[in-house]
Amino acid sequence: MQSILERITSGKFWSFHGGIHPPEQKALTATKAIRTLPLPKQLIVPLQQHIGGEGDLLVNVGDKVLKGQPLTLASNPMALPIHAPTSGIITAIKKSVIAHPSGLSELCLFIDVDGKDTWIKRNKNQDYQQLSSSEIIKKIADAGISGMGGAGFPTHIKTNSAANIDFLIINGAECEPYITADDLLMTEQSQAIVDGINILKQVIAPKNILIAIEDNKPNAIKAMEIATKGLAHIHVCVVPTKYPTGGEKQLIKVLTGKEVPSGSLPINCGIIMQNVATCFAISQAVINDTPLIERVVTVTGQALDTPQNAWVLLGTTIDFLLSQFSAQPLESGKQPVIMGGPMMGFGVLSEQVPIIKTSNCILIPSKQEMPSAFDRQSKEVECIRCGECAVVCPSQLLPQELQWSAKAKDYPQLEKLNLRDCIDCGACAYVCPSQIPLVQYYRIAKAEIRQQQILDIKAEKAKVRFEARKLRLEKEKIAREEKQKKAAAARKAAMNKATPEAANAKSAVAAALARVKAKKAGTTTAAAPESSKSENNVEDNTQKSQVAAAIARAKAKREQKNQTKDRGNNANTTEDKPPQDSAIESTADNTKSVASKPDDKKAKIAAEIAKAKAKKEAKSAPSITQSTDEASTEAPIPATQSDNSQADDKKAKIAAAIAKAKAKKLAKSTQANQSTDLEVTSGNADVDANNTTLTKSEKKAAIKPSHEPNISDNIGSSNTDPSNTDSSNKTQNQADDKKAKIAAAIAKAKAKKLAKSANENTSNNANNNTQKELT
Amino acid sequence: MSILIAIAVVGVIAALFGALLGFASIRFKVEADPIVDQLDALLPQTQCGQCGYPGCKPYAQAVADGEAINKCAPGGEDTIKKIADLMGVEVQPLDESHEQDNRPKVAFIIEEDCIGCTKCIQACPVDAIIGAAKQMHTIIIDECTGCDLCVAPCPVDCIEMRVIPETTQNWQWDINSIPVKQID
Repeated sequence: MQSILERITSGKFWSFHGGIHPPEQKALTATKAIRTLPLPKQLIVPLQQHIGGEGDLLVNVGDKVLKGQPLTLASNPMALPIHAPTSGIITAIKKSVIAHPSGLSELCLFIDVDGKDTWIKRNKNQDYQQLSSSEIIKKIADAGISGMGGAGFPTHIKTNSAANIDFLIINGAECEPYITADDLLMTEQSQAIVDGINILKQVIAPKNILIAIEDNKPNAIKAMEIATKGLAHIHVCVVPTKYPTGGEKQLIKVLTGKEVPSGSLPINCGIIMQNVATCFAISQAVINDTPLIERVVTVTGQALDTPQNAWVLLGTTIDFLLSQFSAQPLESGKQPVIMGGPMMGFGVLSEQVPIIKTSNCILIPSKQEMPSAFDRQSKEVECIRCGECAVVCPSQLLPQELQWSAKAKDYPQLEKLNLRDCIDCGACAYVCPSQIPLVQYYRIAKAEIRQQQILDIKAEKAKVRFEARKLRLEKEKIAREEKQKKAAAARKAAMNKATPEAANAKSAVAAALARVKAKKAGTTTAAAPESSKSENNVEDNTQKSQVAAAIARAKAKREQKNQTKDRGNNANTTEDKPPQDSAIESTADNTKSVASKPDDKKAKIAAEIAKAKAKKEAKSAPSITQSTDEASTEAPIPATQSDNSQADDKKAKIAAAIAKAKAKKLAKSTQANQSTDLEVTSGNADVDANNTTLTKSEKKAAIKPSHEPNISDNIGSSNTDPSNTDSSNKTQNQADDKKAKIAAAIAKAKAKKLAKSANENTSNNANNNTQKELT
Repeated sequence: MSILIAIAVVGVIAALFGALLGFASIRFKVEADPIVDQLDALLPQTQCGQCGYPGCKPYAQAVADGEAINKCAPGGEDTIKKIADLMGVEVQPLDESHEQDNRPKVAFIIEEDCIGCTKCIQACPVDAIIGAAKQMHTIIIDECTGCDLCVAPCPVDCIEMRVIPETTQNWQWDINSIPVKQID
């Protein structure tokens, strides 16, 4: 290390590979002092201004903020807070175009400046030597300081390293053409920068501190030498001017002769590098308790009347800056605006873009100065394999090879050629005689490789989750099967015991099944055009249902095992279930009478259901009391109004079934025969409004009227008008009864078919059935 | 007599080396990556089933058994190219039936419409949906592969596929912004 220091003090430096000497153009701004600008009317402060995450918002729209007040709170180590650059009122928190080559929008705070520039209370502390390292690091983090040279890495993370540091390098090289922000800052604020360096020294405790300045900045060199006089541990190193000396790895090579290995960080070689502007910001944060709210920006280019460096509040828009530096407004859209330098900067797509923590230069070139920026048409021609790019590459890559692989999207090859070591300096593109925008190709390839890596990680995660799920399902299946086996065995044992309970259960099930059969028979005959009250039909029904009952009883034993399944398979599940349940509960020895008098039985069941429903409704939906009242009053009078209540009940279910089927069908496809379906629905819905309301409230979730405007229209219309006629007009009820039964059959057929498949064919069939039964 | 000794010696040496080689082949066996695993690694692991197989691994198995290589819609051209390279077959254009919008998407549950039926949870191949019966469900965006399988089972159609918005994190430099001119 001694030899390194000896070399440095004797003014000898190493040299990195390649590099170029573009026209410096620094004279435009280097001789003028840093200007202070008037307060802009509005500031647009992006939540994220560095590499890492954005903080959590602390303010709301309409809040009054003071200068230096934190606006966000860093929630993770990589996040940094932002602060109000001046006092004012937050007028909006919305997405706005940010300083990014994509021109994409990110969340920004819009601050209407009140012009008073009132500071929040600050605790100035000249005596930073008394502070502990962790206190200083906390101050740096709270001030929202990120690297101000360009990359924007959070400074407190870089500073907070326990490693043994040989060299702290302060980067004042500023090798990029045009930019003089660091030059002027060093000239004017050398003492503050040295304070910042001393604070860093206190935290990092490096063995040596080197301040690197290119030899084209005599004023800065002089100022820094004066400021560091008497500080033996700080060496001001005047390095030869070459682009890109300011690159981290390049400057380390120049100063120490060490090469940082590919994929490694300088800290692993015992070196930390900080920008001079960052040092200034640190001294401001620690000594003056001033967060990072403004920075020096070089506003330059020959298209401007008065190019100069200026103290710019973060969040100042570019068009405000331009209005301060140019007498006449620039041609919007035609005049290129470059953020950053000419080598590594990017074109800004909107003049509403705000200055952020990493913006060090705004370049407004004239046409003579930079014709390529005006010419949208690329002048790229074929590569002539001159090899100039490889000669100038500071990372010793093979830009020509990289270019071919990048064009061919051969990412593995790019990895092999160490594309990740490319520092985007643009030297290769600068020297290319074929004017190939090499660095653009690399940027595209880098972004795609990064994206691919993210996708690969995601795919791997998905695979793991998929496998885990498969395993879990397998386990669950086995467990379920075992459980079922056990349950079946237990059931069998109970049945075979032949205890009175077992016998009872058997007969109850048998009775229930018989009733189901009987009811089915009843419904089918009821669907016939003749009224269900006619004598012949009743007798027919009786016979049929008796036969059915006999068959059912015979089957009962076999079916009781998978009884639930059978029930589910029945088309009229919704209609059958409640009667079965209630019948099982009531009596087992009813079988015969029920079977012989299906109408009577139906009436009873209906009454029970109506009662149950009424109870439920009364509990759950007090808003529809009217319908509840009707249901409850009708239910206890089975003899006279049995048909009525039964019909009502049924209709409710029919409506429910139809609505459900409809919802499903309509959701899946709107078909040509939709209109006929709708007619049927409306017919049914007209039958009984009260029951539709019941159904609606019951099946609210299932039907989702908001999703099916057609149905909801029908229901809605039927809700209002026929409800008055329903209770009074009995003859209509008879007719309605018939209609309801037909509709039930239709609904059943439809429900069954739709359940299986919802394609066009089946729905057509359903409609055919409808027509058949109607005729 | 000497010929017998010679045969015996050579025989013993042969047996020795044979044993040595046999031992080495077991002891230092190199685990070859089966072709199915290699194929599976190339597939995007969305587990979407658009290829007609219940997941990426089954499709990888099928491709190894001679199934067409152009059935992976989420993988697109890139995946087909990689599979073609691996299998040593011609690159084919993506299966016609899959020609569709291949932008990356994630599922989104319109929460006010969700009835909590848990059907989508059962359909999700990567357990990216959380919720319980009669409770509102939601998608874990970071885990969602955009496979589309939860959309069909939803009885109230409250799931939609949304294109992942472009941010500065996932933004890609637009190749078209650099006009590339063809030289004759």
